[in-house]
Amino acid sequence: MEDDIQVPIRSDQDIVLARHKGRSLAASLNFTSGEATLIATAISELARNIVTYAKKGVIRLKVINGGSNGHGIQVVAQDEGPGIADLDQALRDGFSTSGSLGLGLPGVRRLVDEFRIESKRNRGTTVTVTKWRTGNGALVTH
Amino acid sequence: MEIPILRQGRVLIATLQAAVPDVDLMRLRTNLVQEVVRGRSQGVIVDVTAVDVMDSFASRVLQDLAHMIRLRGAETVIVGIQPEVAFAMVQLGLRLENVATALDLEEGMDYLNRKFKTTA
Amino acid sequence: MLQARNRMSAVQSRQSAGSTQSPERTSVLLRELVAHLRQNRTQLREEWARRITEAKLLTAMSNEEVFAEATSVYDNYVEALETGTFEALQAYARNLSERIIPRGVETHEVVGIVLLLRDVLARSLFAKYQADFTKLDRILDAYEPAANRIANTVAVGFVQERERVIRQQQEAIRELSTPVLQVRERLLILPIIGVIDPQRARQLTEQLLRGIRSNRAKVVVIDITGVAAMDATVANHLVQTVEASRLLGATVIVTGLSPEIAQTIVNIGVDLGKMNTVGDLQGGIEQAERLLGYKVVPIAETPVQAPGGSETWRSQS
Repeated sequence: MEDDIQVPIRSDQDIVLARHKGRSLAASLNFTSGEATLIATAISELARNIVTYAKKGVIRLKVINGGSNGHGIQVVAQDEGPGIADLDQALRDGFSTSGSLGLGLPGVRRLVDEFRIESKRNRGTTVTVTKWRTGNGALVTH
Repeated sequence: MEIPILRQGRVLIATLQAAVPDVDLMRLRTNLVQEVVRGRSQGVIVDVTAVDVMDSFASRVLQDLAHMIRLRGAETVIVGIQPEVAFAMVQLGLRLENVATALDLEEGMDYLNRKFKTTA
Repeated sequence: MLQARNRMSAVQSRQSAGSTQSPERTSVLLRELVAHLRQNRTQLREEWARRITEAKLLTAMSNEEVFAEATSVYDNYVEALETGTFEALQAYARNLSERIIPRGVETHEVVGIVLLLRDVLARSLFAKYQADFTKLDRILDAYEPAANRIANTVAVGFVQERERVIRQQQEAIRELSTPVLQVRERLLILPIIGVIDPQRARQLTEQLLRGIRSNRAKVVVIDITGVAAMDATVANHLVQTVEASRLLGATVIVTGLSPEIAQTIVNIGVDLGKMNTVGDLQGGIEQAERLLGYKVVPIAETPVQAPGGSETWRSQS
């Protein structure tokens, strides 16, 4: 059973809504509280990038079944903004880099288990991140 | 909604709720600076116990706040960062450099009082 | 069961198996089936319990317990067939698993008993409808998919519960092997021993941060004397732990840093000078106490005035 939650992102209020939905979804899947915070923080950062650089976009939340991996949450942050000119630069990881510079993408990558980004100049950016549940709690689905 | 600022002696205290809109956070920054100047306060405590997500924006605003208040001769302490929030923050690379932090309100006041003693 | 049906197909020219059966007909047949199962509940249940014992399954449980569980499973089974919904069955499977896993019941036993029930019920259907192959065929078409799904649901529920228990036990073991010790007020010690993988490192950090909050610690001594080596990822976790602790108002002192690990930390771009490090645990605790404002005073030898005027040095008891 797939849950596809969509939150249009246009203002900072939407950022709060998106991360609230992310947290609720995580809680309903028996993620630990700490994991839920990581997910909500990742959503917050990605949504904020949309507001700051693309003016508008959407955050999509999906439950995914990873077989033996258990269940996970996939967050897709999509916009039709200016795109990222230099992806390598944006993803350059320096552990001592402050997250308040640039897009904070290396930081977001550390919060999640899987990270994928597609960006084309003037065509927009799509960031897809996944976090798998490692905590306790059985989830039985149909 | 405006975040209320309490005065306790030489210290100003502001308590953030769970999800503070950007504009309110920035207004708090302005108000605190104004209040510090007006009341000649020596310390500011920002209590983030209720905050469940700290992202780069909030972190930047708090850092700016501390910097601006220091320029006015006062010291800022951020208190009540939750363990999970702290964990997420350092993963993200947000370290609140140059900003004093304490476990809670009591510790924050303790820190400021010790600071006042040394600078008095 | 498959052989018997193939023989029937040879006798009767029929069309394909159940999928062409209309849903209405399926549900009519299922109702008939459920009625039959309810009517014959007593003997079918006994037959099943007998076969469980014969197959030497559920040996961890007494006969009374087996019969009691058999009753519950039977009733839930029939209800799942009747309603076509499986939530109640899933909940029951979880509940059952929670109860029997601590008793040492294993997966093959649970799968075994559910399959036995499926067989017992199928046999009773053969017996009842043997005079009418067409009817039997149709009833089996309705029964088999449902029965298989039930078997699947129970087995999967059991396995998931087992996995959950195992994860829980692993978590508990990990926590036990890394105690966060409060030795003085406001001072925590975290001795780390052995191999740390990234997952354990993350768990340690979370545990420590929770400990700082609940113990209101102001200083933490992390002793890594017992850690042989650390890769860059784990070294990063250590650095992050120090930073996160600071956000909670606690100072971290790292003790027992080997030259190799020190090099690893420098290699990941961290200024070791910014980190509070002390050679050994003892030194670390002493520094922590200084930071906390403790002063450790040795019981001194003090002069005691003896009668007669001379001074005698005597130690205080």
